[in-house]
Amino acid sequence: MSAHSITEPSGRSKWVAGTLVITYALITMIPLAWIMLTGFKSPADAISYPPKVVFEPTLEGYVNLFTTRTRQTDDFLAANPPENWADEIVRQYDMVIVGPSKFGERFFNSVIIGFGSTFLSIFLGTLAAYAFSRFKIPLADDLLFFILSTRMMPPIAVAIPIFLMYRNLGLSDTHLGMILLYTAVNISLAVWLLKGFIDEIPREYEEAALIDGYTRFQAFYKVVLPQAATGIASTAIFCLIFAWNEYAFAVLLTSATAQTAPPFIPTIIGVGGLDWPAVAAGATIFLLPVMIFTILLRKHLLRGITFGAVRK
Amino acid sequence: MAEVILSNVSKAFRKTQAVTDMDLTVPDGAFVVLLGPTGAGKTTTLRLIAGLEKADTGTIQIGGRDVSVETPAQRDVAMVFQQYSLYPHMSVRDNLAFPLRSPILKTAEDEIARKVAEVAEVLHIPHKLDNKATELSGGEMQRVSIGRALVRDPAIYLMDEPLSSLDAKLRADLRIELKRIHAELAATLLYVTHDQIEAMTMATHVGVLDEGRLVQFGTPREIYENPSSAYVAARLGQPRINLLPTGLFGEDAPQGAAQIGLRPEHIAMDGGAPAHVARVEHLGDQTRLHLKFKDHDVITLTDPHTSLEQGETIHIAPRNPLFFDANGARVA
Repeated sequence: MSAHSITEPSGRSKWVAGTLVITYALITMIPLAWIMLTGFKSPADAISYPPKVVFEPTLEGYVNLFTTRTRQTDDFLAANPPENWADEIVRQYDMVIVGPSKFGERFFNSVIIGFGSTFLSIFLGTLAAYAFSRFKIPLADDLLFFILSTRMMPPIAVAIPIFLMYRNLGLSDTHLGMILLYTAVNISLAVWLLKGFIDEIPREYEEAALIDGYTRFQAFYKVVLPQAATGIASTAIFCLIFAWNEYAFAVLLTSATAQTAPPFIPTIIGVGGLDWPAVAAGATIFLLPVMIFTILLRKHLLRGITFGAVRK
Repeated sequence: MAEVILSNVSKAFRKTQAVTDMDLTVPDGAFVVLLGPTGAGKTTTLRLIAGLEKADTGTIQIGGRDVSVETPAQRDVAMVFQQYSLYPHMSVRDNLAFPLRSPILKTAEDEIARKVAEVAEVLHIPHKLDNKATELSGGEMQRVSIGRALVRDPAIYLMDEPLSSLDAKLRADLRIELKRIHAELAATLLYVTHDQIEAMTMATHVGVLDEGRLVQFGTPREIYENPSSAYVAARLGQPRINLLPTGLFGEDAPQGAAQIGLRPEHIAMDGGAPAHVARVEHLGDQTRLHLKFKDHDVITLTDPHTSLEQGETIHIAPRNPLFFDANGARVA
């Protein structure tokens, strides 16, 4: 028996805590795993009851997601042998691939709009947060409250005015319009979070840099930014997750050119019956960027979530 | 190196008057120590010279040039902060090189390497150069931040209690180091502290601040032996000067004197008025006597091997004491 320690948990409590965490993680991962598995099922397997856990994997869902197909006559099918493996998959339904679907385009729109608005939110947010943190700004508290107040209602409450405004400004269904909109929603979060992080960086660093021969902007760039990297990273994740997942405004304001993936994925359901594997494939691919981004920045994210709770 | 002159400088923060009508000349090559309690305006004075604060009134000249409207970078000063001054995301080497790489100095890399190595040698940190700044001990960090000032050759070095966060041994070492650097580089230094040993051992001049005013400026000996007021007298001396009302000893007080100031060396213990020994503190190299004298506390020094004990009575008398008037101004 080892001696009791107040700060170091015992082996037994570590074991209990570990079991709890793993159990919780498994439970939360089941829907995610289910979606990912469904993407590799055949349509029949996807809706079978009882649900199938073991099944023969197929790329049918992914093929359907990325292509448009038409049904053809037997004569046509006989005259044109399948050109590749994807073709072969759709032949079992007497179909041929006639071209790519819109998914790639929509996904690319999501990337541009999601990362574009994240970059813009962080860029503006960092500058504003720095100014609020370091300079004497008249009515600073009121301005900060005003910035925060933009978050006090659900953004969709202003959907109609924004819709009309965007139509008049020619911003409807444009990448720029969506980037500006998501930036406007995210900027308050970015300013407040980043202000907290920058407040924690002692001014002495910049003052030292000023005396060492640098201008205010150089001091900001060389001394403050590297130290705010943690805060910037976690704020960026929060902004990206919002912009990436946003559905309501995307449905309302985009259609042909700037539509993002979230409003597009449900439309797959309507194409040739309830194609759940294709929907699941779309959801899986849609998940990946945020997942990768989050895993890459996970250390910073943890710091961001517990922000304010831990003193350096 | 250059002379720094503050003329009539005032600075207020909202309603707090931090510095009032400051006239201060830091002669070229001098080591000036500013003394004063917390809130006396010492740090503000440094920051005004550095350009981190803008004076409300008055002018600041560095090397004969009015720098009042210049940015900190243009003023060509180096400053060591009390704490927090190392850039935590950089290595020690990059920290030391940072001022040399500034757009104002734009030093060549081989020159930077040479200077950094030189300074690292002086501060005994060459083996730490490739560590991250955050991997150093407190003493090493402070040496690096002093080093970051020393790599430059500025008009003046400003130091804000650079040794206050260090342990006694390191403080003693760095005092000697700073004094040596001052002598070797013929550098001009303005140094803020409230540590009297630092003031007495390093300074060529001492300025005493009281609530934002410079109340006396002179050599450390002058300040100690010839203070202009009871306040200045209380800034130097361990134990502190004893201030008592005049007449307790039946001495000849000069006209206008209200207080008599007695440092330990001003108290003769071979006759005079009786005093009661309240406490004896053996500090090793000296012994402090806490006396009760006519309802007043008096602290003085005695022989380290004294046989005096609590409860005994001794006789004390003033010897060349200082006299102050009711407001604390020096009378004689």
